[in-house]
Amino acid sequence: MACNSTRLRALALYKELHRLGRDYPDPSYNFHGRIRKLFEKNKNLTDREEIENALKLGDYIKKETLALYSLRKYRHLKRLYPPHSLSDP
Amino acid sequence: MRPSASRLLNILVPVKRAVDYAVKIRVNPQQTGIDTNVKHSMNPFDEIAVEEAVRLRERLKASVTSIRAITIGPAKSADTLRTALAMGADSAIHIEIPESAPSPEPLAVAKTLRAVIERHNAKAAKEEDKVDLVILGKQSIDDDLGVTGQMLAGLLGWSQATFASKLEVDVEKKEVFVVREIDGGGEELRCRLPLVVTTDLRLNEPRYASLPNIMKAKKKPIEKLTPADLGVDYTPMFETLKVAEPPKRVGGGKVANVDELVAKLREAGI
Repeated sequence: MACNSTRLRALALYKELHRLGRDYPDPSYNFHGRIRKLFEKNKNLTDREEIENALKLGDYIKKETLALYSLRKYRHLKRLYPPHSLSDP
Repeated sequence: MRPSASRLLNILVPVKRAVDYAVKIRVNPQQTGIDTNVKHSMNPFDEIAVEEAVRLRERLKASVTSIRAITIGPAKSADTLRTALAMGADSAIHIEIPESAPSPEPLAVAKTLRAVIERHNAKAAKEEDKVDLVILGKQSIDDDLGVTGQMLAGLLGWSQATFASKLEVDVEKKEVFVVREIDGGGEELRCRLPLVVTTDLRLNEPRYASLPNIMKAKKKPIEKLTPADLGVDYTPMFETLKVAEPPKRVGGGKVANVDELVAKLREAGI
């Protein structure tokens, strides 16, 4: 049975990823479904190292998703408001 | 034992609940404005403003006494304040207007901000509790007016540094070094506090408010006020006569070779 500290970390990670998934730009990409499947696949892990790796993967996904959102937004904005444009800002 | 900062900084960050950047803007059926029944979020330039305030605190540490966010809008605008609080603001002020009221004009917004600042400064027990820095977005992405910051600086009689792409504050000297984005490059200014700064896109990249911070933000105080409390009149001075979409792009034509291109150009009168 997963010890309490890793369980709490996994739960926190899940909540955070779930919240992030709400803003996913592609409606046909089932972010929540995939996250759920990934977590359920790993729910019976007992080996410390495997648990750590799984948590690290979750963290990596979180960072990648954040980078995706941030790049998408700022690419859009930088196109909309180009630097040194000769017309009004 | 670090000596306490002899000079403190109080930052005010006005934010606006604007149409989300990813939404495709449509003109409303009456042709008087845009369809506002869409997703809203904090104006990206204002996110940059909040981020800059939080980064200033990270750099100057105890010198930054308070970062306050303020917004003018209907009840839903409180979400924008929560985002600002989650990003690192300490407290917020919500100037609430009725849901059906039109968006306040920049001059009304500037007058409200001035009233809030003067009200706060009047109540300030010490000289150092007064607001010294106001950081706002240079424009909002739904109306692109880009005048509120300048108007506020004019009303307050403060220095202003607009379209800032770099900000360095020297609290001891009460000076701020700013690089402004202008046509063809950057303009470097040294300004004295108190100062109004408007943010350009290239100032920083805002952080994502993580879930723990959002939870913490729920406990931070939001003060509620109305324009009447501040004695500002929101009667619009402008009447929008018509809003229409730009003409649809007419498709270009493809040419087979250079001769055809030259022929077409000649036809077009070049």
